[in-house]
Amino acid sequence: MDYIAGNYDVIVVGAGHAGCEAALASARLGCRTAIFVMNLDSIANMPCNPSVGGTGKGHLVREIDALGGEMGKVTDKSLIQLKVLNKAKGPAVYSLRAQVDRKKYHAIMKNTLEMQENLDIKQAEIVEIIVEGEGDKRHITAVKARTGAIYSCKAAVLATGTYLGGKVIIGDVSIESGPDGLFPAKMLAESLKKHGIELFRFKTGTPARINRRSIDFSKAVEQPGDDVITPFSFETGKIEIEQVPCWLIHTNEETHKVIRDNLHRSPLYSGAIEGIGTRYCPSIEDKIVKFADKPSHQVFIEPMGLNTQEMYLQGMSSSLPEDVQVQMIKTLPGLENVSIMRTGYAIEYYCVNPAQLDTSLELKNTGGLFCAGQINGSSGYEEAAAQGLIAGINAAHKVLGRPKLVLDRSQAYIGVLIDDLVTKGVREPYRIMTSRAEYRLLLRQDNADLRLTPIGYEIGLISKERYEKFLRKWEAINREIERLQKTTVPPGEKLSSLLEKKNSTPVKTGIKLAELLKRPEISYEDLAEVDSERPELDYQVREQVAIAIKYEGYIKRQMQQVEQFKKLENRKIPDDIDYEAIHGLRIEARQKLGKIRPLSVGQASRIAGVSPADIAVLMIYLEKYTGKK
Amino acid sequence: MLYNDTIAAVSTPYGSGGIGIVRISGDKAFEIAEKIFKGKRSVKEMKSHTINYGKIIDDLDGSVLDEVLLTKMEKPNTFTREDVVEINCHGGIIVLKKVLELVTRHGARLAGPGEFTKRAFLNGRIDLAQAEAVIDIINAKTALSSKAALAQLEGALSEKIKEIRDELVELVAHVESTLDFPEEDFDKITGESLYKGMEKAREELSGLLSKFDKGKVIMEGVNAVIIGRPNVGKSSLLNRLTGRNRAIVTDIPGTTRDTIEEYINMGGIPLNIIDTAGIRETSDLVEKIGAEKTMKAIESADLVIMMIDTGEGFTPADAAILQLIGEKKKIIMLNKIDLVEKQEDLKGANPNSRGLNGLRDSRLEGNELIDNKLSELIDGKIKGNGELKGMIQGAGIAVIKSSMKDGRGMEELEKEISRLFMEGEIEAGIEGIMTNVRHASLVEKALNSVNDAISAYHANITLDCIAIDIRNAVNYLGEITGENISDEILERIFSRFCIGK
Repeated sequence: MDYIAGNYDVIVVGAGHAGCEAALASARLGCRTAIFVMNLDSIANMPCNPSVGGTGKGHLVREIDALGGEMGKVTDKSLIQLKVLNKAKGPAVYSLRAQVDRKKYHAIMKNTLEMQENLDIKQAEIVEIIVEGEGDKRHITAVKARTGAIYSCKAAVLATGTYLGGKVIIGDVSIESGPDGLFPAKMLAESLKKHGIELFRFKTGTPARINRRSIDFSKAVEQPGDDVITPFSFETGKIEIEQVPCWLIHTNEETHKVIRDNLHRSPLYSGAIEGIGTRYCPSIEDKIVKFADKPSHQVFIEPMGLNTQEMYLQGMSSSLPEDVQVQMIKTLPGLENVSIMRTGYAIEYYCVNPAQLDTSLELKNTGGLFCAGQINGSSGYEEAAAQGLIAGINAAHKVLGRPKLVLDRSQAYIGVLIDDLVTKGVREPYRIMTSRAEYRLLLRQDNADLRLTPIGYEIGLISKERYEKFLRKWEAINREIERLQKTTVPPGEKLSSLLEKKNSTPVKTGIKLAELLKRPEISYEDLAEVDSERPELDYQVREQVAIAIKYEGYIKRQMQQVEQFKKLENRKIPDDIDYEAIHGLRIEARQKLGKIRPLSVGQASRIAGVSPADIAVLMIYLEKYTGKK
Repeated sequence: MLYNDTIAAVSTPYGSGGIGIVRISGDKAFEIAEKIFKGKRSVKEMKSHTINYGKIIDDLDGSVLDEVLLTKMEKPNTFTREDVVEINCHGGIIVLKKVLELVTRHGARLAGPGEFTKRAFLNGRIDLAQAEAVIDIINAKTALSSKAALAQLEGALSEKIKEIRDELVELVAHVESTLDFPEEDFDKITGESLYKGMEKAREELSGLLSKFDKGKVIMEGVNAVIIGRPNVGKSSLLNRLTGRNRAIVTDIPGTTRDTIEEYINMGGIPLNIIDTAGIRETSDLVEKIGAEKTMKAIESADLVIMMIDTGEGFTPADAAILQLIGEKKKIIMLNKIDLVEKQEDLKGANPNSRGLNGLRDSRLEGNELIDNKLSELIDGKIKGNGELKGMIQGAGIAVIKSSMKDGRGMEELEKEISRLFMEGEIEAGIEGIMTNVRHASLVEKALNSVNDAISAYHANITLDCIAIDIRNAVNYLGEITGENISDEILERIFSRFCIGK
């Protein structure tokens, strides 16, 4: 029987990486918040690889932290190995990647939620959203649990991950299920459809987990972490732990033969899977089919945590029948006697078409209803957390009557991610990549705090203490840059020997420290020999100084591009524009523009199916339109 | 609708045998035509897309302006997607003008340049690149230029640009996959393949740009200036070129007081000729103004044709003029070679010359004689002047023997101009020729970006920055072809490299 069970400002449905950030942000901004999860033991679960970060993803975690989110801090506390990727390829693409203890991550995040003021945590399946009003006035007012409990709310965040209509497929076996054998959310999808929300099905997958004791490590290559651990959070100090290695092995002809011989039993090729999978995270059978001439593929064996023998087989994601999986994994070197603990599977789930959202992640047709994470067609823990944070902030802002927080593509990877999702829509699960960011050199992981911490402070997610510390860092950076630009090194023995040692062009006259630092072969640390006045500075400050000076030319160029970008971004399109009335637009453009309803000409130009000529027509029309008013 | 007025214009160039079309486009096109046309059927009764014979009557005095063929075309199946009327007139330029006046008197507005095309574009009939090419055709000055614009319209240029861009996208995809998937085992980009890719793009883009210079030449023409001392035959050359007695030609030095501009079709290259007053030291105020204009003309010229009076030899004044020309492309015309013989007879004053008497009868020998005379002039034997040879030596400057009286040297002049500006390939390679300034500036920007990338590579700058430069190049080219980079790169990454955990 239905009953009124509670009254909240913000309700978050789902407690994965998106839900946790959303609930924490909302509660921290002073909104009475409740978070619902199918099973309390699956809060912040990592149902796929036990790692956080990577290219682009590491950037997102840094940005989440700079805004006052939680993922970076929890990762720092639960990591068991850390690597900085792309060290030789330039500061724009340096990326942190950690192996984490999956259970520890869950436990710390669960406890963080439990300790949070204003936040109630509830194990329940939400089966219905209750919407009132008509047309523009449509607004979410409550959610209903399977038990009949009705919780009223002013705003809600849907973060259902792969649970919404979840279906696990292993060969010809298909089970209605969420990830890791958890219950799926079956009824909510129907309720969303009933309210005119367009859904579609995506698919992702995960490999088998195996028992460490059954692996012959003599046939694998050890993959250790970095000597020094760089933390994700700007607030974490030194991390000193004993790191745990991963291991690398390769598939072989025999593996591929097993797969090819059994392809007809794969649900991907028999048509049993209707959901669309992603290209960057293909199953092993996908790789064998698409890249038939590649004789072998990498497989990383990753620990699932410190207090478990479970290991993850990165690269072996599969939805082949269980017996084939066993056969195929046994062909891998060192895994001849493997003991499989969990079978790999594909999972299908419902997403909302993100083109229905505005850039604050609110559904355009239902006021107060926000969506974040995999439900928006993204994939990855970091992408989910980033959206969760923004959706949580915006849900709270809605309740508090504050303006929407929208980060643009020149401010953050978070901006790139959300703009891509809501403007371009998705055809496959979306993963962030550094190549998606046009202004990559400005959006570095090292300067995420410089870009976003003032915003986090203004919102109220960054403490005064942290903000003041940040300001001191900022000042120190500027002071040091100025000093390097002003200080001249006199010619002489010291300078000559430094230049000679570094294979750098000799100079006859004095030279500014900044000029020396601009030379690719000379680092900030190298300059110590000729820089007697050097102050004692933190690594974080020195890093900013060195990058700002070394890459000055490129940074300036990217900033000019940002100015160009902002011009189009600032050309706003009126809410009531009627695209049907604009004659020169092609039909496809008219339909796309009408559906997405972009806020600016810049956003319009990024919609697939809208050509530069359409944009020209739109701009001419807007000139006339604004001229009339 | 964006526009609701009706526009009209003569839509074929003036002066093509008196046949021209007055085109009317807009809501009132039929109404206007109704009022001025008298035929078997009224405009109202005509079927769409039919041609009808009749007369254009001036309603003020009832006079018949012309016998015409009138075409009625109902929207939307017209060039502008508006109602269109085309009136084919036969009575020459004056009649065309009168018909146009009549049309505008009845409510049409005179169309601006390219306005029909603009409407076609705005009404979604054609895309941006096509519109630009059409406007280029409108502005084209010779048949060759419209051929280049046509080739562009049909996409020959965009094909070439697409091809270059495609290779760059491939390169970016390789770079980006190397940056975004550091731990995957595919062939990461090597310094060598990166460098090769950039060099190839650089070569192709420079090639394209040099073709633009040619494209510009055939679209916009060559600004040429004719200079020389007074009375060396500058105006005669102009008259030869235009085939008309445009400038006043007299024997009195200093007759041409002003610069005269003419467009001439020189083997496909439009020459914009500026005749100049003779340069000499003069106290005459009018002359002085003319001389100042000459200096300005030289500054703005792409080509300087300098004329020397063969009979008078290479004088210090000539040397001074040659100096003025500086580094500009130039052709020297030794004029009045027909007078060389006569001069010998009349003056006989040149102490270094060999006797010329008795050699005049044979044409062959006459040529030889002139050649000798000229080589002496160039070698500096005449009048003890060695300057000309010194001044043109090694500079590859053509010296053409000419006579404005009989037209000798004109063919050589045409060939030389073609060589200087088109490297002789007037007809060849029209397909890749770029004529649009916007396109050229984008190609140039792309080239600069590739050059930046190459310098960055040499300076050991990291791959993340080099990627910025190459992506910029791709973006500039994409502005021409109307393609967007980001999605494409992903497509490439996933189709080319096996990526994924």
